Amino acid sequence: MPQRFVYMDYNATTPLRPEVKDAMVHALDIYANASSMHESGRRARAEIEKARASVAAIIGAGDASSVYFTSGGSESNNTVFMTMYDLGRKAPARRKIITTAIEHPCVMNSATYLAEEGFPVVFLPVDNYGRVDMDAYRKELTPDTLLVSVMAANNEIGTIEDIKTIASMAKSVGALVHTDATQAIGKIPVSVKEWGVDYLTMSCHKIYGPKGIGALYVRQRAPIVPLVRGGHQENGVRAGTYNNLGIIGFGVAAELALRDLPEFSSRLRSLRAMLKDGLVAAIPHVKVNGHPTEVLPNTLNLSFPGAEGESILLSLDFEGIQVSTGSACASGSLEPSHVLLATGVGPELAHGSIRFSLGKYTTEEEVRYVIEKLPPIIARLRRMSTVPATEVAAVC
Amino acid sequence: MTKRKSNKENAMDAFQWLYSDIVKEHFTNPRNVFNPDEPFAADAEGIVGNIKCGDQMMFMLKIKDDIIEDVRWKTYGCASAIASTSMLSESIKGMPLRKAYGIKPADIAAKLGGLPENKIHCSVLGDKALRAAIDQYLEKKGRTGEFKGEDAVVICTCLNITDKDIETAVKAGARDWHQLQEATKIGTVCGGCKIKAEELLHEFVHIYS
Repeated sequence: MPQRFVYMDYNATTPLRPEVKDAMVHALDIYANASSMHESGRRARAEIEKARASVAAIIGAGDASSVYFTSGGSESNNTVFMTMYDLGRKAPARRKIITTAIEHPCVMNSATYLAEEGFPVVFLPVDNYGRVDMDAYRKELTPDTLLVSVMAANNEIGTIEDIKTIASMAKSVGALVHTDATQAIGKIPVSVKEWGVDYLTMSCHKIYGPKGIGALYVRQRAPIVPLVRGGHQENGVRAGTYNNLGIIGFGVAAELALRDLPEFSSRLRSLRAMLKDGLVAAIPHVKVNGHPTEVLPNTLNLSFPGAEGESILLSLDFEGIQVSTGSACASGSLEPSHVLLATGVGPELAHGSIRFSLGKYTTEEEVRYVIEKLPPIIARLRRMSTVPATEVAAVC
Repeated sequence: MTKRKSNKENAMDAFQWLYSDIVKEHFTNPRNVFNPDEPFAADAEGIVGNIKCGDQMMFMLKIKDDIIEDVRWKTYGCASAIASTSMLSESIKGMPLRKAYGIKPADIAAKLGGLPENKIHCSVLGDKALRAAIDQYLEKKGRTGEFKGEDAVVICTCLNITDKDIETAVKAGARDWHQLQEATKIGTVCGGCKIKAEELLHEFVHIYS
């Protein structure tokens, strides 16, 4: 067993913070069905509405009733795309879908499904930093556009998109706008009002809350069709008995994430800089992926030419360091990260990429430990490699 | 429809190879890795794979009287690629060339205590690189193709087309089913071999393109 345990995979998921855990332990006894009219039902409902207000606050939504609880980010995204399926079938004159080449698989695959059903679907290219190619966007933004869906911040490289500009351009042709803000909430300020979006996706387990709970913001009067049909919960938008435990946990997690945001993001930004500077100084030929400034404060994606990502990941794992990789080997396919490829990183470099995502419990001491452990790992793998790092760096 | 895996298969995919002690040991302490500071006068070298696909492998052999005396290798690849090449390099020392030529991916995977399905292509590279090195040696000695056809498995029973024939066609440039059929006529009679042949085609394209 390694002597240390250093978790640097917070974009994958986060641990429960103690305050959330306490609230959930309390919520375990709130067993009443929050749709029931009796006293205990009304009490449960009150807790749920309190949580809804906290979740609305973290995205700057004045009206809490525009927040619908779902099972998570994937369900929220699917709900939006299946709503478009419904709208586009009924009014085929406007059914073009514009999204990007770097979305999360649940958006990618939902959009691909619509394409298979005959909808015109465009995956916008991005620049070398992962920002949407605005010229391509302008060209594609035609009056038959039904939906523009662009993620607020990318999970792999951390690049933050200019949602406000993207949304206002979409509005000029009367299109609906969705953003997947799963990685953004709790890390950067998010405001549905300022951004001007119709739909916004959230997930709770990225902000130190439980898994299996998320939410979808739907602007008042924006069309929405239920993905899960059944009872009248969530104003008929999402059926299913209220998940008291998850929703109460989400409320506390959102409330604390909003409260802590300024201090949290500035602390992470300096830890990220320390990790980046330390690794770039200690390891030759490192490429930093993502945007130099418009980037999540906690996400650092690096490519190590000449060393393969899964080998790096496992070597770090043996030292107790938990990260993720854009290498194909790790995913069991032959294609490396679609995000890195879309940013123009060659497959040779994409296979050798590692994502470090820092979080609430990351310490300076942990960052120093990674800076100490990684350089010999890269050096060892490069010594074994058929291709010198310099050669890979030169062709990419 | 996506093929469903059993819970057990899923659990194997996630954990087995990561925590197989043999894989871990060979990954951490690989045997016979080429060290550029060490003089190693190889009689033959073979290289297969492509770093664009995530793995590439090179074998260097010292050969005397058709026996592999010593071996060195290098690889760019995942942990099971490193571990499987290390394991292969150990097992071929002192082995007759002809026998080494017939080593199959499954033999290497078995020695590692098994590898999950999606990792087999990694260990496939080791035997291919070894065969490429032996081919080069035979060519140098004017014995080109001497071991060809041995241990070949018939895939298309109608036309007696083997896995080696598919490999040869891919090496010569076939990249899809249509091109493979043009090169070999495989599957043009009953077509019953198509699924198996396409699997092999996919595997060889990964290795040789």
